[in-house]
Amino acid sequence: MDFVAQLTLFVLAIFLGVELITKVPPTLHTPLMSGSNAISGITVVGALIAAGSDSGLLINVLGFAAVVLATINVIGGFMVTNRMLAMFKRK
Amino acid sequence: MHVSQNWIDIAYLIAAVLFVVGIKGLTKPKTAVRGNLLAAAGMGVAAVVTLLNEHIVTYEIIIAGVVVGGLIGAIMAKKVQMTSMPQMIALLNGFGGGASFAVASAEFFRGSADNTVSIIATGAAVLIGAVTLTGSLVAFAKLQELIDGKPMGFPGMKVVNAILFVGSLVGIGYLVVNPGNETVFWGLVAAAMLLGLLLVLPIGGADMPVVIALLNSYSGVAASAAGFVMGNSALIITGSLVGASGLILTSIMCKAMNRSLTNVLFGVMAEAGEAMDEDEVYAGKVKSTSAEEVAMLLETAQRVVIVPGFGLAMAQAQHAVRDMADTMEAMGIEVEYAIHPVAGRMPGHMNVLLAEAEVPYEQLKDMDQINPTFEQTDVAIVLGANDVTNPMAREDKGSPIYGMPILNVDKAKTVVVVKRSLSSGFAGLPNPLFAKDNTLMLFGDGKGAVLDITTALKEG
Repeated sequence: MDFVAQLTLFVLAIFLGVELITKVPPTLHTPLMSGSNAISGITVVGALIAAGSDSGLLINVLGFAAVVLATINVIGGFMVTNRMLAMFKRK
Repeated sequence: MHVSQNWIDIAYLIAAVLFVVGIKGLTKPKTAVRGNLLAAAGMGVAAVVTLLNEHIVTYEIIIAGVVVGGLIGAIMAKKVQMTSMPQMIALLNGFGGGASFAVASAEFFRGSADNTVSIIATGAAVLIGAVTLTGSLVAFAKLQELIDGKPMGFPGMKVVNAILFVGSLVGIGYLVVNPGNETVFWGLVAAAMLLGLLLVLPIGGADMPVVIALLNSYSGVAASAAGFVMGNSALIITGSLVGASGLILTSIMCKAMNRSLTNVLFGVMAEAGEAMDEDEVYAGKVKSTSAEEVAMLLETAQRVVIVPGFGLAMAQAQHAVRDMADTMEAMGIEVEYAIHPVAGRMPGHMNVLLAEAEVPYEQLKDMDQINPTFEQTDVAIVLGANDVTNPMAREDKGSPIYGMPILNVDKAKTVVVVKRSLSSGFAGLPNPLFAKDNTLMLFGDGKGAVLDITTALKEG
């Protein structure tokens, strides 16, 4: 993908983010943070490629570290968000 | 099995759409659980389709990493106490930044960063990712009280930080000209990690909500930079969504504390103006009361507002407070909670703590909603909150907290403040609220006082 296309995505997504997030009520700000944390675990995509590319020990180690950290983010983030939101839902 | 890149990219687009729809779900408590599940589904789509990438030739490391990371993440999510949520978020921010940093490093050593844009993006991902990693670990240590929460620093710290930052930028510039120079790369890593430490160490414990929100934003930006390196649209889009989210929360927190972001990051508290004499404020004007008296007051009330502070959560008194509120509601009294944005230790923290005690979210009102209603409120009960109720923020132009948005509890007909003593809060200021004609002080332990009031209500 060429740089300008990437930059376009980046800038438009920031505007979208601002529009979306300003509508989240303060009551849900903590779950929003843990949820967005989980979403930022999307780096797992890059981590999987690095870990599976089999191009030398250093890259294997970095890839493994990246997969572990990103998976903690994804699994931990979504699970804890779910746990909090369930408390808001009942009653 | 190899799938054409177009199909993989379309799958990433689907994942990004699911994230957006998921965050949209978080705008209402009713749809929030579904929103979170949709976002998780998006992550599943992105992860599965990535496994079909032609660069992936071996799965052992992937499986090992996912098992280890998944277990750690699941245990953290199950075990963490709601009062410790800021620490958990700080750690997750750090891990997110660390992952982006590791991914960008791997790309660097694979030699895939071969043009100016991707080298700059790699440098940015390493710099921001490493700063987020070490900065978040310091924030975690401060919140967990592993290290002193007081600001820590040394003379000339800002100069050192500036040198580290400029040095990192120069290092990235050097890599553009001489791609693949490993010494410079490791220098960049070391400078960025040190910078993360030094940026967060001088920030005091009370300012951690701002720092966590800001690091949240960084972790998103780092993911986005990693996306530029890999030419991956899913990373770019989601990273910038998270970056924007963190920035908005940061600015909300700053506004609530009446401080600018630069002031939180680099400055100290505003200069204290005329130091107010505690004796002058309180002498002879403070009226103390008892749980029985408060109960009698409540029996004749129609509307009661409870103002919780973090002290209440530390004493694990949320359940006792809900009991008290239930008792009042059974007597036909309208009960609401006034939540200041910095009532907890991170954005929205107090709401989660009360939700855990099964307080219905309809009763949780934020500052802008509740402030106009205090004049129609018979009794405001302040529990473990101090500075956020200090009328000096509204009235005294010379006060260091002047201009800070506060809860106007003093407009209620009667204010009951439950507190151990007249000691001051984080701002170190006396609170004239305690000496007002319509204020009654109920001295004692917060949880005990709430239990006593509830008992007295039930007997009365």
